[in-house]
Amino acid sequence: MFRKILIANRGEIALRVILACKELGIRTVAVHSTADTDALHVKFADEDVCIGPPASRESYLNISAVLSAAEITGAEAIHPGYGFLSENAHFAEVCREVGLTFIGPPPEVIRRMGDKAEAIRTVRHAGVPTIPGSGGLLEDEEQSRQIAERIGYPVLIKAAAGGGGRGMRVVEDAADLPRQLEAASSEAMIAFGVPDVYMEKYLGQPRHIEIQVLGDTHGNLLHLFERECSIQRRHQKLVEESPSTALDAELRARMTGAALASAAAVGYVNAGTVEFLLDVTGEFYFIEMNTRIQVEHPVTEMVTGIDLIKEQIRVAAGEPISFGQEDLKIQGHAIECRINAEDPDTFVPSPGKIRTFHVPGGPGIRVDTASYAEAVIPPYYDSMIAKVIAHGNTRGEAILRMRRGLESFVVEGIKTNVKLQQRILTDEDFVRGRLSTRFMDRFPVPVRKGQE
Amino acid sequence: MTSPIVGTFYRQPSPDAAPFVEVGSRVRKGQVICIIEAMKLMNEIEAEIDAEVVEIVVANGQPVEFGEALFLLRPLA
Repeated sequence: MFRKILIANRGEIALRVILACKELGIRTVAVHSTADTDALHVKFADEDVCIGPPASRESYLNISAVLSAAEITGAEAIHPGYGFLSENAHFAEVCREVGLTFIGPPPEVIRRMGDKAEAIRTVRHAGVPTIPGSGGLLEDEEQSRQIAERIGYPVLIKAAAGGGGRGMRVVEDAADLPRQLEAASSEAMIAFGVPDVYMEKYLGQPRHIEIQVLGDTHGNLLHLFERECSIQRRHQKLVEESPSTALDAELRARMTGAALASAAAVGYVNAGTVEFLLDVTGEFYFIEMNTRIQVEHPVTEMVTGIDLIKEQIRVAAGEPISFGQEDLKIQGHAIECRINAEDPDTFVPSPGKIRTFHVPGGPGIRVDTASYAEAVIPPYYDSMIAKVIAHGNTRGEAILRMRRGLESFVVEGIKTNVKLQQRILTDEDFVRGRLSTRFMDRFPVPVRKGQE
Repeated sequence: MTSPIVGTFYRQPSPDAAPFVEVGSRVRKGQVICIIEAMKLMNEIEAEIDAEVVEIVVANGQPVEFGEALFLLRPLA
């Protein structure tokens, strides 16, 4: 087992890993930018090294600074958290070259699953369903028509150089195709400078269902069930839960099977998440694999009783996973709400000094946070300041506990999205489990006076 | 003058060579004033101003972090 681990991250996840190390008797090194000198992860680590100025590129993303910090402190392993360097195959490679253990999958696996097209080819080869598509650029109307017939309407025409939900056009039927093809191509040219478009099956109200997987170096690969993350705003998750109301035992078996097949196809080691879109028809499709621990991992921990961070460390130290697939079952229901420092109406980030900070407690409430009263939330990093996780014996109880938790969560001095989360938790569709990735469309940004 | 990088501070270019500066030494802007070794690379650190070395704050071979004080310098007109 490692004697000393360096945590190459900040905020709540850095604190989470540091505290898990304490439980394992492992000494910890925190790295930080000058903006995070008073951060909680720095205060709780055994040692800390300032690695750069506030900008991420010069600090948390600065590979040579992070590695130098490991060198001067004698750290044996690096936990990259999520974001930052966690899916940087080059970083994982350099760690290996200098004799540091990167706590995560091997660099080759990170690289393969990090290339979205390569990942899709790999899992398709393993028999995992992927979104039917043109598989390449659309050349002309005739070819496009044939591809659309094969896929089945409705289809989506997407700009090849686009992303993040931009440059897409829905085609309902064959009659609509020529016009939409023309429009999509010119829009792509205007927005991205390249008229290239491709086609995919259009999923109207899909649900984002992801499966947590965990592999070790002793040949064990297992799943820890699903998380539903359909409630997103601009591709940023807001609320996650486990189990999903959309999965029955049969669908769960098929989806976890597909997730394991995806992970096995690349010889996956350590913690990872396989993401799927679930169509209203009950068909599901692989979209990507995240080769890191995720923000919403506590949801899985609450329903399985497993500490995923400790398992990550054990696996990286060459130990086998401390339990078997047959030991796992979903116990009750867990929901997580991400609390962001942002204006509740405009979603504009709200950095600044926290004056009052009272976290909720009581039965079934867990709060993962590195914020505290008098802490200054810097403007240089993402705006998430806390995660509130509620667990109950049923989904209904988890919802009641979350509402109680949000109500008693007091943050003053900065603005937060607590009220938005409360609206979501009392929304009728949410309560009935009627979710899709279009859920947040009904919570638009109000137009400010004078902007009409 | 603070450290621009993370690493190990050395006063001289190699173990048996003379230190770059002593207390009282005068340096020109751009002159190498110390070495900070990081990941087996010896980074030559340059004085940012024309100055006289008033104090050498860190010890030879000491690990330093970004922003850590290395020298106290008195600017020369």
